[in-house]
Amino acid sequence: METRQIQDTIQMIEEEHLDIRTITMGISLLDCIDSNSDRACQRIYDKITAKAQNLVQVAEDIQKEYGVPIVNKRISVTPIALIAAASETTNYVKYAQTLDKAATDLGIDIIGGFSALVQKGYQSGDRNLISSIPEALDATSRVCSSINVGSTRSGINMDAVAEVGQIVKQIAAIDPQKCMNLVAFCNAVEDNPFMAGAFHGVGEADCVINMGISGPGVVKRALEQVKGASFDVVAETIKKTAFKVTRVGQFVGQIASQRLDVPFGIVDLSLAPTPARGDSVAEILEEIGLDSVGAPGTTAALAMLNDAVKKGGIMACSHVGGLSGAFIPVSEDAGMIKAVQAGRLSIEKLEAMTAVCSVGLDMIAVPGDTTAQTISGILADEAAIGMINNKTTAIRIIPATGKKVGDDINFGGLFGHAPVMAVSESQPTAFIARGGRIPAPIHSFKN
Amino acid sequence: MKVIITVVGNDKVGIVAAVSQELAQLHVNIIDMSQTLMHGSFTMMLMGEFAADTTSFDSLQKALNQLGDQIGVSIHLQRQELFDAIQKI
Repeated sequence: METRQIQDTIQMIEEEHLDIRTITMGISLLDCIDSNSDRACQRIYDKITAKAQNLVQVAEDIQKEYGVPIVNKRISVTPIALIAAASETTNYVKYAQTLDKAATDLGIDIIGGFSALVQKGYQSGDRNLISSIPEALDATSRVCSSINVGSTRSGINMDAVAEVGQIVKQIAAIDPQKCMNLVAFCNAVEDNPFMAGAFHGVGEADCVINMGISGPGVVKRALEQVKGASFDVVAETIKKTAFKVTRVGQFVGQIASQRLDVPFGIVDLSLAPTPARGDSVAEILEEIGLDSVGAPGTTAALAMLNDAVKKGGIMACSHVGGLSGAFIPVSEDAGMIKAVQAGRLSIEKLEAMTAVCSVGLDMIAVPGDTTAQTISGILADEAAIGMINNKTTAIRIIPATGKKVGDDINFGGLFGHAPVMAVSESQPTAFIARGGRIPAPIHSFKN
Repeated sequence: MKVIITVVGNDKVGIVAAVSQELAQLHVNIIDMSQTLMHGSFTMMLMGEFAADTTSFDSLQKALNQLGDQIGVSIHLQRQELFDAIQKI
């Protein structure tokens, strides 16, 4: 019996917040398509509740038997814009309500896939879905929505970029908190287990289990043991730690896959923070040697962290997928919140950071009077970073209605709270009004 | 089924006896055992094995939690495969 290793593992779980952030069951709804929307919704409900009927129970059993917390039980489905396109209706809110009901009845925390993929253009279902998003999010509590507006292969759909700005403002007018259920991507991935952006891609199997891990606290604690050491040592330490953290995801995923009799998809290697103290990506960057996240050097530290996490994690699991990097949401990371409140971290610095990590400008509150065009401009910038660098980028921005810079908006629980951040008041109005597509970059032509 | 049982608390007479007696009653065979004082805390680790048809994980966990409350120590129970999965390639 390796008592040292047992102690090490127990410490990772109990003191350093190592947990499984999410077990996400991806379910294809392609066989639920029907020209009658009521029939389609019934099929969707029946399929989800049949496939996932044991998901919560299995996750709870694993948590009990192995002592590893599984924080979220989630489902992702085929983008509803594809499933509902054949139906007679143009309002897709009932599809969202069906997903919500299935999730509620199963005890699932969040269900993702009220989504449209419009990186190159719109099919009829995409337009209907996007215009249904504000009402759909208002009418549901567990549904998440995503829109893919660009990719390295196809460029950026600037019509969609403009529309996302309008949609975000419409949602904020209803309830700013609902904005956290919508994410706009460039290079969205089809096997992402994390919300709000999870959907089940059309190239995926009928039903799979994907895992999202979390362990910023474990990485930070490991780095505390190598204070002052060179970057070679820092990178090596992160790799070894990421290996162990990822092993937990691989192990739990395998067990869940066996018990549910569903194929195991991927482990997402992302370091996902929570607002709890000691569970912060910002604190890792500070442990590497920055006074505060946002200081010069932040981007380099994050690039190294992200790369080392991947190198350590890749060997620990059979298939890597999803977003796989470090998340830098503001509201879900106590260290990021502190840096913003102290005036040490700006949206512009966060934008630079998104060039080297997954995923993008995440859970960022901006003043309530931020224009739709400004939000579209921010999305266009993020999408450009993703398109050119061949990586996923995204925005999840919350216009805090009635609030100004320095105020605070609270999302509750895992989602934390966010200080309202300053955005440039210079407007990109004519830029966004152009519409059309930004062509794919030259390096996308690889065939 | 193999499990790792960790017992942590203030040192006093009879902890090993109480835990091992409880395990014997629950038909759990102790196959390895280690005990030390760490930072003044009594820390014991046991590897136990039991047949799933005679003892259930739930009942074992319940019984050990109750015992922990009675003798003033914290007792955790986890299936053993987790530790190999994390620490070994």
